[in-house]
Amino acid sequence: MTQLPLRAQLASALGRSAATLSRMTGRGDGSVIGGRVGLLLEPDLLRQLARDRKLALVSATNGKTTTTRLITSALLELGEVATNAFGANMPAGHVSALSQHKGAPYGVLEVDEKYLPEVLNTTGAGVMCLMNLSRDQMDRAAEIWLLAQKWRRALSGKPTHVIANCDDPLVTWGASTAAKVTWVAGGQRWKEDSWCCPECGGPLDRKDADWACRECTFHRPEPQWSLDDDSAIDPRGQRWRLDIQLPGQANRSNAVMALAVAEAFGMPVERALPRLREVTSVAGRYTTVERDGRQARLLLSKNPAGWLEAFDVADPQLPIILSVNAQGPDGRDTSWLWDVDYRILRGRPVFVTGERRLDLALRLEVAEVPFTLCRTFTEALAMQPPGRVDVIANYTAFQLIRSEFGRAV
Amino acid sequence: MPSDSALSIVWIYPDLLSTYGDQGNVLVLEQRARLRGIETETIHVRSADPVPEGGDIYLIGGGEDRPQILAAARLRKDGGLHRAIARGAAMLAVCAGYQIMGSTFGGEEGQPVDGIGLLDIASTRGPARAVGELVAEVDAGLNLPTLTGFENHMGVTRLGPGVKPLSRTLVGVGNGDGFEGCYAGHVVGTYLHGPALARNPALADLLLSWRVGPLAPLDDSAYEALRQERLAAVRPG
Repeated sequence: MTQLPLRAQLASALGRSAATLSRMTGRGDGSVIGGRVGLLLEPDLLRQLARDRKLALVSATNGKTTTTRLITSALLELGEVATNAFGANMPAGHVSALSQHKGAPYGVLEVDEKYLPEVLNTTGAGVMCLMNLSRDQMDRAAEIWLLAQKWRRALSGKPTHVIANCDDPLVTWGASTAAKVTWVAGGQRWKEDSWCCPECGGPLDRKDADWACRECTFHRPEPQWSLDDDSAIDPRGQRWRLDIQLPGQANRSNAVMALAVAEAFGMPVERALPRLREVTSVAGRYTTVERDGRQARLLLSKNPAGWLEAFDVADPQLPIILSVNAQGPDGRDTSWLWDVDYRILRGRPVFVTGERRLDLALRLEVAEVPFTLCRTFTEALAMQPPGRVDVIANYTAFQLIRSEFGRAV
Repeated sequence: MPSDSALSIVWIYPDLLSTYGDQGNVLVLEQRARLRGIETETIHVRSADPVPEGGDIYLIGGGEDRPQILAAARLRKDGGLHRAIARGAAMLAVCAGYQIMGSTFGGEEGQPVDGIGLLDIASTRGPARAVGELVAEVDAGLNLPTLTGFENHMGVTRLGPGVKPLSRTLVGVGNGDGFEGCYAGHVVGTYLHGPALARNPALADLLLSWRVGPLAPLDDSAYEALRQERLAAVRPG
């Protein structure tokens, strides 16, 4: 690695000190404050820290943190990897991640969808992984068609190699100005945001996985990689049983994306796949916490597409606790509850908690799903018989549960 | 086409205008009819399909700028919604769908775009996004309890003499002139986005009663608990 200029070295070091201080005083994991301090002292720090490294940027509405983790696990086979493992996915988090691993030749950065153009421009990343785009926290996030349009502009004229999910029409459109794209048929469970052609607004015709605009030439590109049940099919047509430990179809899709990214870094499937199988829990997601003989598996779900994925993972034989908040990071608007089809929960014991439990209670009543209202998660857990229970919570509700059980999960 | 016996609920262009929970209005109407033994039939009209003119209650939701412009152009060309309203159908138009009902609205760069002229209103793009909880007192002519909901829009809407304000804004922005929404005949427009009827079941009942007459009361405790919590959370004082 080339030496950083003195000012950048200083900014990076002071940022790391601030991060350590933040951790020691129990204020957080320090990855945001450290990056902020660094950027304050040297606004060009991210560009300088990114220089001379092989970087992959990972973005989507759902699965960013998990896919970042999967790719990182694979690339660790090649050498040291700098990564923002805890989801601090804006430039301050990127600065912090790269500062902590100054000598790492590789970097895998989860990037907030809105910040992707800026981070691509600043870092000049060689590889970008794009999985899905769907409605999410509309009171503060940008409209997703506008996001995809900004991706197109940012990618245009750059040499970046994009690995993109061609089963998502909006992602396909967002990626298709790139000089080089590897298309992955990663599947698309949530389709409510892609009935119209992103190019012309015409209706999209769908037949099985295939889609095409009825009014213009925009259509699904031929995939090089695809997910078929529990297997990945690589560009040579070879079938690889995934057998990963992370549950659900969404994670198998993330795993195929990760294999394609690993190959873009020159790593063959036979080396990457065993690494993906080692990942069991990502920043607390899918982890199981235990109290008084009850084992609660924690599923994070932040938007309608995420709830569909969580329902796919949840065990229909088990009771389920749902917790919903509407703080800033969750979006203060709970309207999205009405986009989720909760009828799949009929017949299971359902427990409802969180700050906005009354919104969810009404939603379930209208869906004719019987439930028990609980003031707190602890109360809901105490109502369970000993044994396993699934928990789906949105962002701050999830973090609250994690902090109650200690963050070391 | 809607059948003769069931109450038909027509959801217009969910493929273009259903950004955030708009489906909730369909579900609430269905539930409140079902609980009273009224059979319903819901028709999802995609933007490539014609709008049936024989429906009872029409719903149109919110959306991004570009789909809003497309939806307005298609509704104008189709004409089915105009014929349905002329036949006395009820309608709830929400957010982007509300703006479309007027003579004009602001496009993605603020340029004026033609609406479909079903309500005597004209909208423009305002200086800042209005995002947050909204509380408003409903026009006395409708005899409804306080409106509560969430707004998220950049529109400013001026009401003409052909409509009455739906409500007077207590918290939030609404039309931008101290009022929120409007109504004329059996057509209601509002900036309360997404599942507005989930927070305002009396408004859902008003739409239903316009088509089926007086309604039996329901146990509204889940609706009422949510309403009271939200009103207490945002009301000044």
